[in-house]
Amino acid sequence: MPTNVEKDQVSGRETTGHEWDGIKELNTPLPSWWVYVFWVTIIWSVGYWVVYPSWPTATDYLKGTFGTTNRTQLHETMANVAAERAPYMERLAALDVSEVVNDPELLNFSMAGGKAIFADNCAPCHGTGGAGNPGFPSLQDDAWLWGGSLDAINETLHVGIRWDANEDTRLNDMPAFGRDGLLEREDISDVVQFVMGYSNRATDGDAAQRGAIVFEENCAACHGDNGKGIQELGAPNLTDAIWLYGGDQATLTDTVTNSRRGVMPAWGDRLDEETIKMLTVYVHSLGGGQ
Amino acid sequence: MSQGSMAQTAPSSVAVNYNMDVVRWGALATVFWGVIGFLVGDVLAWQLAFPALNFDIEYLNFGRLRPLHTSAVIFAFGGNALLATSFYVVQRTCRASLYGGKALPAFVFWGYQLFIVMAAIGYVTGVTQGREYAEPEWFVDLWLTIVWVCYLAVFVGTLLKRREPHIYVANWFYLAFIVTIAMLHLGNNLAIPVSLFGTKSYSMFSGVQDALTQWWYGHNAVGFFLTAGFLGMMYYFIPKRAERPVYSYRLSIIHFWALIFLYIWAGPHHLHYTALPDWAQTLGMTFSIMLWMPSWGGMINGLMTLSGAWDKLRTDPVLRFMVAAVGFYGMSTFEGPVMSIKAVNGLSHYTDWTIGHVHSGALGWVAFVSFGAIYHLIPVLWNRERLYSMRLVSHHFWLGTIGIVLYITSMWVSGIMQGLMWRAYDELGFLQYSFIETVEAMHPYYIIRATGGLLFLLGSFLMVWNVYKTIRGDLRNEAPIGTPATVAAE
Ligand code: HEC
Ligand code: HEC
Repeated sequence: MPTNVEKDQVSGRETTGHEWDGIKELNTPLPSWWVYVFWVTIIWSVGYWVVYPSWPTATDYLKGTFGTTNRTQLHETMANVAAERAPYMERLAALDVSEVVNDPELLNFSMAGGKAIFADNCAPCHGTGGAGNPGFPSLQDDAWLWGGSLDAINETLHVGIRWDANEDTRLNDMPAFGRDGLLEREDISDVVQFVMGYSNRATDGDAAQRGAIVFEENCAACHGDNGKGIQELGAPNLTDAIWLYGGDQATLTDTVTNSRRGVMPAWGDRLDEETIKMLTVYVHSLGGGQ
Repeated sequence: MSQGSMAQTAPSSVAVNYNMDVVRWGALATVFWGVIGFLVGDVLAWQLAFPALNFDIEYLNFGRLRPLHTSAVIFAFGGNALLATSFYVVQRTCRASLYGGKALPAFVFWGYQLFIVMAAIGYVTGVTQGREYAEPEWFVDLWLTIVWVCYLAVFVGTLLKRREPHIYVANWFYLAFIVTIAMLHLGNNLAIPVSLFGTKSYSMFSGVQDALTQWWYGHNAVGFFLTAGFLGMMYYFIPKRAERPVYSYRLSIIHFWALIFLYIWAGPHHLHYTALPDWAQTLGMTFSIMLWMPSWGGMINGLMTLSGAWDKLRTDPVLRFMVAAVGFYGMSTFEGPVMSIKAVNGLSHYTDWTIGHVHSGALGWVAFVSFGAIYHLIPVLWNRERLYSMRLVSHHFWLGTIGIVLYITSMWVSGIMQGLMWRAYDELGFLQYSFIETVEAMHPYYIIRATGGLLFLLGSFLMVWNVYKTIRGDLRNEAPIGTPATVAAE
C-alpha cells in the first residue's frame, strides 16, 4: 500500500498515510496535558512505593519508610478504642450487675454498648430491639421463661438454653407427647382444648374438661397446677395471651405432639464478662426486667 | 461512503468474498442474549427491593440468578457483540475473508453459544465453581478453551491473510482481548475435578492465593473483555460512523501498550484490607492510579475523532449511542482509580457504590457502544437502505440514558450511605447502626435502581423491534431527525 499522507481539512493535521476500509488516522502528537498527568501518576506511585510496603524481593518485601501495614493500622485503631473504653470496662469488671444499674454513668455506657452488641448478635433471632419472632421470645415483656431478674438474665446469657456445648446450660425438655406415643390423639386434642380454656377460647367444653385430667397428670409438673408456668424449669405460663410458638389450636397440637426445644447459644463461650454485663443491663431495661 | 454498499465492495480493486454469515448470527445473538441478560438483571433488582419475588423457588433464588445475569450480559451479550464485530472488523480492515473457511468460524460461533447454554443451565441448577465471573464448572471451562483457541486461530489467521500492509488499531485491541482472556481463563480455572463424570471440581489454589488468582482474573476480565475488546469496537465504528479520521495514531499506540501493561497488575485492589499481603495491595492500588491516563487515551481518541463532525450527533442517534458510551467509559475509568485508593476503598468496598460503578461501565460503556455497533451493522449486513426507524433509536437512547442515570445515582447515594452507616460510631465508641438498619435504609434506592433497570430493558425492546423490522426490509415512514439533507446520506 503506498503511503498517501494527506492534510485533514478540519484539523489541519496530516494523516499517517494508511487507510483501512476508508478509515484514516491523523498524526496528532500526544496531548501534553495527558502526558503530564500520566507522569504525575507515575511519580506519585513511585513515591507511594517508597513510603508504604511495596515490591517483593527474593525473600521478603520492601517495608516502606512509614512502617505501616494493615495489621498495625488495625491494632492502632482497636487500641485507641480500648483505651477510650478502659475506665468504663475496669469498673464494669469490678462491679456486680446489680451495682452497675445503680451507677448512672456505667448504666448509660452499658445501655449504649448493649444496644450495639444486641443488634449484631441477638437481633437476628430476637428481632430488632428484642421484639421477638415466632419461636424466639420477645424480651420486651415480663413473660419470662427462665426469669427476668438481672441475675437470671445474666445466667441465661452465660450458659445458653439447651446449648449442648455448655455443660451448665439451662435444660428442660418437654416430651414429644404424640410423636413418642405418650398420649393418644384424643388426649392431645382434649388437653389442647383445656389449655385454650385458660384464655377462654375452648371450643369444646366436654373435651376441655377431660383435658383437665390429662393436664394434671402430664403437664402440671412443669407448667404448674394452675398452668402459670415454673421459671426454674423454663416452662412457660400457658394462661397469658403471650405465646412463644402460637396459641391457636393447630399450633398447640403441634407443640404438644412434637415438642419444640428451642435453642439459644451460650454467650459466655464467645463474649467477655463485661460485654455480657452490658447485654444483661440492656435486656433488663427493655421493658420486663424484674 | 454510502453505508449500504459497504458489505459488498472493498474500497480497492480486489473483490473479497467476505464471510458475513457468522457476523449476522453474532449480531442477532447479541440482541437476543442482551434482552435476556437485562431482563434477569432487572428481576434481581426487584428481588433485592422485595425479596419475596423469588417466590421461594430455588431456580429463581438470588444466588442462582445473579451469575445467570452477569454471565448473560458479559459473556453472552458482550461476548457475542465482540465476536460479531471482531469478525466483521478484522475482515473489513484486512480486506481478507475469515481464516478457516466457513466451518471454523461457524464452529466458534455455535461452540460459544453451547458454552453459554451449558453455563446457564449449571447456574440455575446450582452447578457452580463459586468464582465470580468464572462460575462454570470444569467441563464447561474445557469446552470454552477449545472454542477460544479456534477463535484465536480464526482471528490471527485472518490477520496473517491481510491485504493491508499494517494492522489497524481496532485489531490490536481485539487481539489483546482474545489472547489475554485465554490466559486468564486458563490460570483462574485450574481445578481438579472430583470425578470424571461428576460436575464438581476444586480449585488448585487455596486461601489468599485463591483470592488473588480470582481477582487477577476478575479485574482483567473487566480490563480485557469489557475494556480492550470494546475499545476495538469503538476504534472501528466511531471513525466509520463519524466519517472522520482517528484523532491520534500515536496516542492509540501509547495508550494501547500502557493499558495492556498496567491493567494486568490492578486486580489486588479488589482485596484491600484483607489477608492479602500489604505489598500486593500497594501494587494493585498504584497500578490502578497509573491506569487512569492510559484508559483515558481511548476516550480522547474516541471523542476527538468527532472534531469536525459534532453536528452529526444531532441527526444520528446511532453515533450518539457510541459517543455517550465513550463518555461513560471516561467516567468509569476515572471512578475506578479513585475507588482503588485504599482510603476511598475503605468506604466504598462491599457497598452498592461498587455495583453502581460496574453498571456505569457495563450499561453506559459496553452496552451503549454495542447498541451503536449493532444499529450500524444491521442495515449493512442485511443490505438494507437504512434502519427501519431512526426515531426508535433515539427513543432507545433516551430510555437507556435515563435508566443508567437513575441506576448509578441511586447506587452512589445508597452505597455511600451504606458505607457511612457501617462505620458510624456513637459518642461512646459503639457502632451506631446495626446491619439490618443499613439494609432498611437502602430500600428506596433499590426501588429507584430497579426502575432505572426497567427503563433500560424497555429500551432494548425497542431495539428488538427495530432490528426485526429492518431485517424484514420495512422502512418506517417518519420525519427524519434534523435536516433532511444530512439524513439522506445515511
Ligand atoms: C440462634 C437464635 C438466638 C440468638 C442468636 C439469641 N437467642 Fe436468646 N433465645 C433464643 C431462644 C430460642 C430462646 C428461648 C429458648 C426456650 O425456649 O427456652 C432464647 C431465650 C433468651 C432469653 C431468655 C428469655 C426468657 O424469657 O427467659 C434471653 C434473656 C435471651 N434469649 C437473650 C439473648 C441475647 C441477649 C442474645 C444476644 C447475645 C440472644 N438471646 C441471642 C434464641 C436466640
Ligand atoms: C418436662 C417439662 C414439661 C412438660 C411435662 C410439659 N411441658 Fe410444655 N413446655 C415445657 C418447656 C420447657 C417449654 C418451652 C418451650 C420450648 O421447648 O422451647 C414448654 C412449652 C409449651 C408450650 C408452648 C407455649 C408457647 O408459648 O408457645 C405449650 C403449649 C406447652 N408447653 C404445653 C404443654 C402441655 C399441654 C403439656 C402436657 C401434655 C406440657 N406442655 C408438658 C416443658 C414441659
